[in-house]
Amino acid sequence: MAKITFDGVEVEVPDGTTILNAARQIGGSIVPPAMCYYTPLKGSGGKCRACLVRVAAGSAKDPRPMPKLVASCVTPVQDGMVVENTTSEQVLNVRKGIVEMLLINHPLDCPVCDQAGECDLQNFAFEHGVSTTRYQEERRTFEKIDIGPLIQLHMTRCILCYRCVYTANQITDNRVHGVLGRGDAAEIGTYIENIIDNDFSGNVIDVCPVGALTDKTFRFKQRVWFTKPVNAHRDCPKCSGNVVLWYKGKEVLRTTARKDQYGEVKEWICNECRFEKKETSDWTIEGPAHIDRSSVISANHYELPVLNQSVIADLPESTQRDLEKNPPLKLGS
Amino acid sequence: MQLTNRAKKLEKKPMTLAERAYLPAIFQGLSITMRHFFMKKATVRYPEEVRPFSPVFRGLHVLKRDEQGRERCTACGLCAVACPAEAITMVAGERKKGEEHLYREEKYAISYEVNMLRCIFCGLCEEACPKAAVYLQPDKIAPPRYERDEFIYGKDRLVEPVSPDARSVRGIQLTPEQADSLRNKLAQQPA
Repeated sequence: MAKITFDGVEVEVPDGTTILNAARQIGGSIVPPAMCYYTPLKGSGGKCRACLVRVAAGSAKDPRPMPKLVASCVTPVQDGMVVENTTSEQVLNVRKGIVEMLLINHPLDCPVCDQAGECDLQNFAFEHGVSTTRYQEERRTFEKIDIGPLIQLHMTRCILCYRCVYTANQITDNRVHGVLGRGDAAEIGTYIENIIDNDFSGNVIDVCPVGALTDKTFRFKQRVWFTKPVNAHRDCPKCSGNVVLWYKGKEVLRTTARKDQYGEVKEWICNECRFEKKETSDWTIEGPAHIDRSSVISANHYELPVLNQSVIADLPESTQRDLEKNPPLKLGS
Repeated sequence: MQLTNRAKKLEKKPMTLAERAYLPAIFQGLSITMRHFFMKKATVRYPEEVRPFSPVFRGLHVLKRDEQGRERCTACGLCAVACPAEAITMVAGERKKGEEHLYREEKYAISYEVNMLRCIFCGLCEEACPKAAVYLQPDKIAPPRYERDEFIYGKDRLVEPVSPDARSVRGIQLTPEQADSLRNKLAQQPA
């Protein structure tokens, strides 16, 4: 076990834990943001530099500070380590620079992008960046590649986090897409435009922190903040079947896997659940999915209260009619 | 019960001779009425005469086009989410090949509706718009209508006309100054 001090809070974690995961054990606003690190994916992290922290003391044995900021998602803790994140002016300044760096080639087409409203890069830039840009040069563009009828690839929006590559590597047996080219010319491609037709290929949509990989069946259908997320499950022979359905009215517009508070998917879902089951009758509804109050998705969501009509004797007739016409969602058994 | 000591005791005094004569008070009252005949009137004869609008007045919405006459709106939904009255609804669509001269971005609004009965003309939609597409005109009010559904303004009445002299049936009609400036702008455009 190693004891570290993170932003003045002491926490004891097993040896080999990364600084980021130690911070997540403390939780709250001091947790460094992560754009490329993804707990369920082995080998992810260390690419986007969003989680840089300052190590003020390396360990109890050698208390010298580390010379440079380190990526907290790939740096293991050592006993007696002192880490500064929000308490260090340097870290906050560098993070502004990281936002600027990630946005250099990002097209900033949020009004068009389907990811807007649930985009990690949008949140990251909003919370840590500056509201202006100094960049004047031409932004990187790519030829449009069609990677199949289910997934839409927008290479211009990609920040090269490699999450989708690891996903394809680790949860499907034959990876057909990867990163081609080097440096500035690097891009996600399927090489000779192979169509991703694996049964779990849809999960790359969920792991993508930006709008580079989006659901083609949901393309331009509705903005996410006008849809209502509902937890649901079904008996699926291939996957866990635990999903979130995104409703607009009574229509299921989109199905995604469930994400935790750090935006990470815990249970992968198969393409059948994701793309084919778009009827309420396919699913057992569990109840509204929790959406953070700070998220734009929770804006303007007024819901019919779930009323137990037998308890309220003098329910107004108009409300009764409303409830009959538009019954509240039944909670799953 | 007395709550304060500010209560004033009034005594009923007998009327003076002038008051009892009745006529002086009548003439005094009539003189005030007569004076008002010659004073500046507080009202205007509305349909013929219109009061000047304040420069910050927020009136009827317009969906702007860009310099090349393409619709600026991309149906991003920010106006609708900013709207406190939930007056705005839209349906987005993908721009097809060959429609580049009509719409600026690859996504555009197939339908865009503002319910003028719900709208409180607060201008938050204008403030939220990232594409500078929706504006509340400073010199137009939503005119009265007979039917409720006539207050739901669709794209036919909201989108700025391409040609300066064009008028939609019940919607936007440019003022002569606006038409002139638009005509100048179009004249500067290379064909």
